[in-house]
This record gives sequence, structure tokens and C-alpha cells, in this order.
Amino acid sequence: MGALTIHQVRKRFGTTDILKGIDIEIDAGEFLILVGPSGCGKSTLLNMIAGLDAPTSGSIRLGERDITHLPSKDRDIAMVFQSYALYPNMSVAENIAFALEMRKVPKAEREAAVQRVAAMLQIGHLLDRKPGALSGGQRQRVAMGRALARNPKLFLFDEPLSNLDAKLRVEMRAEIKLLHQRTRTTTVYVTHDQVEAMTLGDRIAVMKDGQVQQFGTPDDIYTRPATRFVAEFIGSPAMNLLPARHQLGVVSTAQQALQVDDAQRQALQAAGTGDLLYGLRPESLGFADQGLPGQLTMIEPTGPETYVTADTPAGRLTARVPGAVRHRVGEAVHLQWLPGQAHLFDATSGLRVG
Amino acid sequence: MSHHTLHRALLMTALGLFALWFLTPLYVMVTTSLKTMDQVRDGSLLSLPTSPGVSAWLKAWSQACTGTDCGGLKPFFLNSLMLTVPAVLLSTAIGSLNGYVLAKWRFRGSELMFAMLLFGVFMPMQVVLLPMSQVLGWLGLASSLSGLVLVHVVAGIPSTTLFFRNYYVGLPDELIKAAMLDGASFWQIFRRIVLPLSTPIMVVTLIWQFTNIWNDFLYGVVFSGADSKPITVGLNNLANTSSSVKEYNVDMAAALIAALPTLLVYVLAGKYFVRGLTAGAVKG
Repeated sequence: MGALTIHQVRKRFGTTDILKGIDIEIDAGEFLILVGPSGCGKSTLLNMIAGLDAPTSGSIRLGERDITHLPSKDRDIAMVFQSYALYPNMSVAENIAFALEMRKVPKAEREAAVQRVAAMLQIGHLLDRKPGALSGGQRQRVAMGRALARNPKLFLFDEPLSNLDAKLRVEMRAEIKLLHQRTRTTTVYVTHDQVEAMTLGDRIAVMKDGQVQQFGTPDDIYTRPATRFVAEFIGSPAMNLLPARHQLGVVSTAQQALQVDDAQRQALQAAGTGDLLYGLRPESLGFADQGLPGQLTMIEPTGPETYVTADTPAGRLTARVPGAVRHRVGEAVHLQWLPGQAHLFDATSGLRVG
Repeated sequence: MSHHTLHRALLMTALGLFALWFLTPLYVMVTTSLKTMDQVRDGSLLSLPTSPGVSAWLKAWSQACTGTDCGGLKPFFLNSLMLTVPAVLLSTAIGSLNGYVLAKWRFRGSELMFAMLLFGVFMPMQVVLLPMSQVLGWLGLASSLSGLVLVHVVAGIPSTTLFFRNYYVGLPDELIKAAMLDGASFWQIFRRIVLPLSTPIMVVTLIWQFTNIWNDFLYGVVFSGADSKPITVGLNNLANTSSSVKEYNVDMAAALIAALPTLLVYVLAGKYFVRGLTAGAVKG
């Protein structure tokens, strides 16, 4: 029995299906990421876990307890909202202690909890201030402190970093990770940012149109994306996908044969795939003396690595190469990769082959 | 003189003239109320009182005749006070609670209910006179102060609800959700989170209701009994009681007495009123 079990959860608004049967289970202490584009249903699912919304059918269990229809206040769940939702009329200390006060925790214990959390998040000097007098990052910390104060069974984060600027976002992301490593509280974290998903998650559920496209570890998701959508969504720059055809163990685009290894060939034949997408991560591609010829159309240096885009007979490809490149736009180059690193997807169903 | 200052001067002159125009009646009222009847008869309307005195005020307060009764406005003033204070507090409290539910605890049909309440804001007062007197009769509250309080509370609920509902819609929903997850109940959220954030709209509603109820004449004249008439009815009776001479100074003093409480409320809380009317969502 997992710490959080979501079983066949569906949600229907009129004739639209918001969630089409979600199954997710995580163990105690795990950090689950719900990631997907806006409208994929991830926030609806989070609200259901929080008790702010009810599923049309299916069940949600927290440990042994069925919480599907339990009121929020009885779930022992704490949530950090995107807007932080700090109570503007209360000081930081009062904000942090509010949940404990509602649970009739004695005053001395409440004060101890506030001190503990303040020390953990380094917000001791802010305790007497009102939320209106805090910066974005400080509000974020207080919001986390409010959630931490009562040691909940489950932590929920609803896109907590999206209101912060880029630098602060990276800092706070690291803090959330450290915090989780320290407290080991089971966490569900909603984001549309794939970097947050990859860096924070023990498990990632990639969602689209009310369905889980893939549920697995960050490594699974990245190295073996289950669908074309996952392959394109996770990873930056995005995976190159070349429309190709398979016939009798040979894969080719209109103008170019593409290499596959034995395992892939067998899988293609077993599945009887015809039209397919041949996917290559940008880092799988490298310059070589021979291989796929192409012409450089764009060079984007980032410092530690460079993204280069080339037009080839197979289509336009983006490669990610370490360091700087000495090539220039317009130059002819050759690109090479190991066939085993290609990802194959059925063009019609979008599902991974092999 | 630059173009800009010329504009400004013109604007100020125009505004000053308007202010003068609107303040003249008040000036006439105040000066007349401080004059003796001899001076009222002899002097001009705009002249200052030669020996200002409060005798007209004292008479209006405790001796002037309203019909056959000659006890001044005092009993009417006290009636108005005893009816306005509870009616204002009750209608504001109920409006605040209604607004909280309609904005933050939507249920099936809550929007329809709000639309129907809105209808009440625009309904002319005269429409309810007959049915209301019947209801008051059934309840045994006809011609009593509590009956008048009930009428004003019911009549005020649509607008107080509208004020609070529209203000609360601007409070972020996430505040309520956060409080729910923190374990707060419906009432705890209302008392600890929503009410403390309501000061601006609370002031607006209190002033609005106070002014409306204090100044009401129609309900006061229709639903009151002999000893529950409000100040507006008292003033009307005082001014309409015919005696040998028309005592303008007493009439003016009486009108000022009737108007003073609302003026006072504006002076004390007027800046909150303007601020509250323009206040948007509370920034978290």
C-alpha cells in the first residue's frame, strides 16, 4: 500500500472529460511531480487530493485512509499555492501558526513550531511583518513555512515558483529539494516546467488532455519516453522527430535511410509499424567526418555547450555539442549518432516502439 | 501666466462657484436658525445674525409643536436613533454574511439567487408597502419600532449583499482554500480571514445604510405608530403644523437637527467612504 494512491480518478464537467481515469501510486517520502501543459488536468487532480474539488468517480487514498470525499480540513494535508495565499491581515508568525491554532495546539507548542520553521527557512527576522511588506522570495518562504509548521502527511505544491524571477526560481527550487531531503515528507508538486520536473521529482507523471502519458522516474521519462508527447515535452532543446517509414526492417525518410539496431528492427517488425517518427535527442548528435551531411543554419552558444541547427536531407536537426564550436553558419557538416540512441514512435498512435 | 496655470485658475473658479451655489442654502439655514424671529422678519435672507442665539434650536428640540403635541423633535430623534442603529448593524451583518456565501461558497443556484437579490436593489419602495404592512400585521409588529427595524433590514439586504459580494469576489479564492486546508471552518474563515479584510466595504455599507435609514420618510410615515415616528416624520409634522406665525428659525434649526447625524457620519468616515468605493482587490 503506497502513501498516496490515486485509483481510476475521473472528472467530468458537463460533456467534457477533464480527467480520464488517472492511476498513480507513490511510496512514503517520495516526491511526485505532475507535469504537463496548461489544461492537462494536473491542477484539477491536485485540487482533488487537497479536497478542494471532488472526482466524478474513482478514489484517492492517503495511506490506509480513503480521503476521496473527506473535507480538506480533515485530510492532514498542507499546500503551497502559486499566489502563496498568505493571510494579509496576519503577521508572518500568525500565518505560520494559524493551522496549528485551528487544530487547537497549545500556544507554547505553536510558538515552538514557528521558531523551528523560521530557523529552517531563515525567516526569523520577518516574523512580525505583514505579508504585504515581504518580497516575492520571502513570501514564498513563508508560504512553505506555513505548510511545514504542522508536519502534514502530505505536501502539495501548486506551481509555487512561477511567480518568481529566473534567478530566484533556481534558488527556491534548490531549497525545496533540500527541504524535502531533510523532512522526507511525501510531496505532490504541480508544474508546467520540465526542468523543475526533472530536478525535483522522484517520480514524474507527464499528463496531457486528462490522461497520464507516462508515470516513472525522471530517468525513465528521459531515456525511454513512452509517447511522442513525452519525448517532445521533456528535454530542452526538444527531441528531433523525423517523419519516416518502415518497410521490411528498413527505416527511411523521403530522401534518407536512417539506421536502426537489431532490437529496434525486431520491435518494428513485431509491431508491424509503417509510418513512424525517428527521434533523436540533441545531445545524441555530434559532428563527425562522415555521416548525415547537412548545412548549418543556426548556432546558439550558451557557454558550456552550443546548440547547432542544420538542414539535412532527413530534415532539420538540432544538436547539442559541448563547449563552443568553430563552425560558421552556412558551413557543410556531417552529423553522426548511435542508432541505439534513437527513439522510435508509431506515427499514428504516438506510442513508443521498442 | 502660463497656459497650464490659466487652465487651473479657470477650473478653480468654476469649482468655487459651484461650491458657493450648493453651500448657499446651508448658509441660509444655519444663519436663519441662529436669528430671532424679529430679525428674520426685518433682515434680508443672506444677512448675518446680529445677536446669534440658540433659542430656536432649543425650541425645535424640546418645545416646538408637531401636530397637537408640543414636545419638540427630541422623541422623534430618539426613535430614529433606536431604529437606525439596530437596522444598520443587522442589515450590514447579514449583507456581509450573504456576500461571503455568494462570493466564496457558491452552490447550485447561488448565481440565480444573487440575480434575484439584485432585483431587490432596483425595486421601488412603494411596491412593498401593502404586502409589508400585511406581514407586519401577521407578525404582530405593526406600528412598532421593531417592525420598522425589520422593514429597513429587509429592504437593505439587497444592497448590502451586493456591496459585500462584489467586494469579496475580489478576494483571492486561494485565501479561502488555504484556510480550509489549514483546518478552518466556514465561520472561522469568515471571522479570522474575511472580516478583517472587509474594513473599507464595511465602512461604505455602514454609511450607506445609516444615511438611507436615517433619511427614510416613506417607511417611517407608513409603518410607524403614534410613538414610534422617526425624525423625518417629526420634521414634516413640525413644519406643517400651522400656527399664527411661521417660525422659520425653528424650522431651520429642526431641519439641521434632523440632518446632523448623517452629516456627522460623513465628516468622520467620509474619507473611508471614497476610499472604499474605489478600493479594488486586497493585495496579498
